[in-house]
Amino acid sequence: MAKRIDVSGLTAYYGSHKAIEDISMSVEPRSVTAFIGPSGCGKSTFLRTLNRMHEVTSGGRVEGKVLLDNEDLYGAGVDPVAVRREVGMVFQRPNPFPTMSIFDNVAAGLRLNGNYKKSELNDVVERSLRGANLWNEVKDRLNKPGSGLSGGQQQRLCIARAIAVEPKVLLMDEPCSALDPISTLAIEDLIGELKERFTIVIVTHNMQQAARVSDRTAFFNLAAVGQPGRLIEIDETERIFSNPSVQATEDYISGRFG
Amino acid sequence: MSTAAVTGKRRSTLRGASLPKWSPWAIGVGSIAVGLGISLAAGLDSSIQWALMAAVLFVLGTYVIAARVEGRRQAKDRVATSLVWVCFLLAVIPLASLVWETLKRGVKVFDVYFLTHSMGVVADTETGGGIYHAILGTLEQVGIATVIAVPIGVMTAVYLVEYGRGKLARAVTFFVDVMTGIPSIVAGLFVLSFWILILKMGYSGFAGSLALAILMMPVVVRSTEEMLKLVPNELREASLALGVPKWRTILKVVLPTSIGGITTGVMLAVARITGETAPVLLLVWGTNFINSDPFKDPQASLPLYIYQQYANSAGSGAAYDRAWAAALALIAFVMILNLVARGIARWKAPKTGR
Repeated sequence: MAKRIDVSGLTAYYGSHKAIEDISMSVEPRSVTAFIGPSGCGKSTFLRTLNRMHEVTSGGRVEGKVLLDNEDLYGAGVDPVAVRREVGMVFQRPNPFPTMSIFDNVAAGLRLNGNYKKSELNDVVERSLRGANLWNEVKDRLNKPGSGLSGGQQQRLCIARAIAVEPKVLLMDEPCSALDPISTLAIEDLIGELKERFTIVIVTHNMQQAARVSDRTAFFNLAAVGQPGRLIEIDETERIFSNPSVQATEDYISGRFG
Repeated sequence: MSTAAVTGKRRSTLRGASLPKWSPWAIGVGSIAVGLGISLAAGLDSSIQWALMAAVLFVLGTYVIAARVEGRRQAKDRVATSLVWVCFLLAVIPLASLVWETLKRGVKVFDVYFLTHSMGVVADTETGGGIYHAILGTLEQVGIATVIAVPIGVMTAVYLVEYGRGKLARAVTFFVDVMTGIPSIVAGLFVLSFWILILKMGYSGFAGSLALAILMMPVVVRSTEEMLKLVPNELREASLALGVPKWRTILKVVLPTSIGGITTGVMLAVARITGETAPVLLLVWGTNFINSDPFKDPQASLPLYIYQQYANSAGSGAAYDRAWAAALALIAFVMILNLVARGIARWKAPKTGR
């Protein structure tokens, strides 16, 4: 189910501006990998290159290779739509579809793709909402609009929506930055459960969060404003937070800058 | 000064003197009284003159009184408020008077008989007759124009917002702007020369629909474009990230989210072309008989009917009454359309309830 990701020599541009340069790393299946680093260092950009969402931004383009179980996402003839079905994404701000009910939001991925059996739909929705630890809170109001939920519930609804299409990899772009500590805890617990089924990559500004949820941590940095972001190091989370091999990582983690 | 009297003995730094709540009304009544007084004294008999004087006095009076009591900053604030009120009244008075005048004169012959009969056997100077043929013509012409203009307009807007990049998109935007400014008579002349004079198709409701569609299209493009731009990008990204193709994202997420606003825009465009007279005059030609076929032979339409009743009346009161009643029907039609549009917008608006 879960797939591994191997990135080699990846450079991403916005128009003529080089946002990230020459990034190579591997993400193990059924693990949580956290990206940390100062704002503007290209964590989110890099995350978006992993499911070809980067090119949705006007002027966005990518050089290099991203292998998903040895298949290059940027190879000739690869359909970005097919890539995004394998690699799901949860965004920084909860963004349920405002015209749809809670049920329809979760079912959206299947319905909009058109490849589902009607009889399965109820099961899939229930399974996904249970998977996102939201079922008990919303089971009595599945037909109410999703935008009526609280922020934390909306974010878990978005996670349910993302896992309903059974992706192989789940990308999370600062999923807790708009949430309070209780909702954050709920989502962190959820990440712990989800990693048994999915490969998870999470961008976060919260270093405690990275330490809590991730198996491996990657530190990104940029030399100066306007310079492209680079991967400084990636290692076991424990090592990064106790004994990083690069001085800049230690400076960042211990709060000496950034 | 009165400051001390209002705030008590000690001056508070946070609470200054303020005018009582009823003071704008008092100043308003006062300035109307002064305006009336001056115009009576000077022997002016136009109500516009005293009203304008009252308006100017109201603004000036507000400033002077507020500046004396409350200070200059609050005075400026009050002047802005009073200006807004004066402008509001200036805008509403003509509208109210127009509706009132049309109602007063239109109800004379406005009844079921009037709505269900044509002018078939009624001479222009006689009483009787009705607007059935004109309502039918208007509905058909506007309906066909809508069917032509809305799909083209909405798809153009979708192109501009979702796909358009570079030169082509800029060119389309430019031409839509140019089209917005086309006078309706020019659109009518264009269809006249192309459809009727070159292709020799003859006057018909459909020819009028073509010209109306030309007038309607840029309005639809513009309003739809604005509505599509309001759809947050996050929703598009959320859908794309689920592996939904772009065209399905637009169809199932972007358009449903903005459908309320798009409908409102379309209805306003419909309301706009319903009252167009010039192209209809040139292309539909008008008739006193019921012609339900928009593709063959002249038809009638409401604005055209109003014009013809007025022009052919030869001073007959019966024709004037019919023209006013038809005008009332036209206003009512447009108003109903607007209400329907609001209803749809409210019904389709993204839901926020719990």
